[in-house]
Amino acid sequence: MLQRHGFGLVGYVPDAGHKRLIELCQADSRMRTVVMTTEEEGVGLAAGAWLGGTKCALLMQSSGVGNIVNALGMARECRFPLLLLVTMRGENGEFNPWQVPMGQATPEVLRAMGVAVHHVASAAEIPGQVDASARIAFGSYCAAAVLVAQTLIGIKSFQEQADQ
Amino acid sequence: MSLHRRDVVKTLLADRGGLLVVAGLGSTAWDCTAAGDHPLTFPMWGAMGCAAMMGLGLALAQPQRRVLVVTGDGEMLMGLGSLATIAVQKPENLSVVVIDNERYGETGMQETHTAYGVDLAAMARAAGFASGVLLRDAAGLSALRKAMREAAGPHFAQVKVAAERIPLVLPPREGALLKGRFRAALLGAGAALE
Repeated sequence: MLQRHGFGLVGYVPDAGHKRLIELCQADSRMRTVVMTTEEEGVGLAAGAWLGGTKCALLMQSSGVGNIVNALGMARECRFPLLLLVTMRGENGEFNPWQVPMGQATPEVLRAMGVAVHHVASAAEIPGQVDASARIAFGSYCAAAVLVAQTLIGIKSFQEQADQ
Repeated sequence: MSLHRRDVVKTLLADRGGLLVVAGLGSTAWDCTAAGDHPLTFPMWGAMGCAAMMGLGLALAQPQRRVLVVTGDGEMLMGLGSLATIAVQKPENLSVVVIDNERYGETGMQETHTAYGVDLAAMARAAGFASGVLLRDAAGLSALRKAMREAAGPHFAQVKVAAERIPLVLPPREGALLKGRFRAALLGAGAALE
């Protein structure tokens, strides 16, 4: 779906839930991947890319949403299109209590900053929702986020996460 | 004799040709405006810490153009991780110039970390920038001008300037306008229909 929409750049701070997608993007000669030290860098990256005529998608974990809040203000004020693919932690099934506060707050935090939010709870919905979110982001010059439910990613312990 | 920020930025932007410019929020945005408001300068009014990464996104999107980020020491300090991210990508067409007055200028001239000796140029070199220089006088400016136009980057320069209060020269504030005029000037009128 990222190919179909012509994304030339993909910025990411890794999450276990994005592991395969990151590898697919790295293997795609039409995309350049940018590993970042913090998710906030991604908002600047995507804004600069759009100034130069390139579409950039951002991959992050829900904890990373907490790191981009002020930068989202620029996206909104300047009407930069922005697509965020967020893998959720801190939802039902979470084993790490430190993930829960940010995970539970993620949809509200994004909505408070004017981001169009879609929460996806089944794998079959993901392509359609990424397509729809890319359309609203780049068709309406706004930020849109697809939140991928923790139940889909299925991480229940550190050991399982390490084994992925 | 210490450098003055308006002179430094004016020198860097003189005869700018096809140069694409991102100006970090606050004094560096006013400096770039004082040198001449231009549609291919994107002055930031917020998103502190994001200027260098905007430069990276622009440099990767426009590899045939030279991109210059002009920002302040406080703004750069808020996004130090971007030095590592830029160094990994190695954009040859990107230069980041920090106008370093060792102060947070918009909030009452409080000292930043660079006033205590934090060496941003050394950080950029250590991250893997092609060059990272600390300049204290006009002698190095012409070499910097040449490097950021001709030599393979990414380049980084930390230019020490006087901590002075000077008149504000403000660019347009509206973000969507600044974005739209930049894209139209760079990509043509059709960019508005994309």
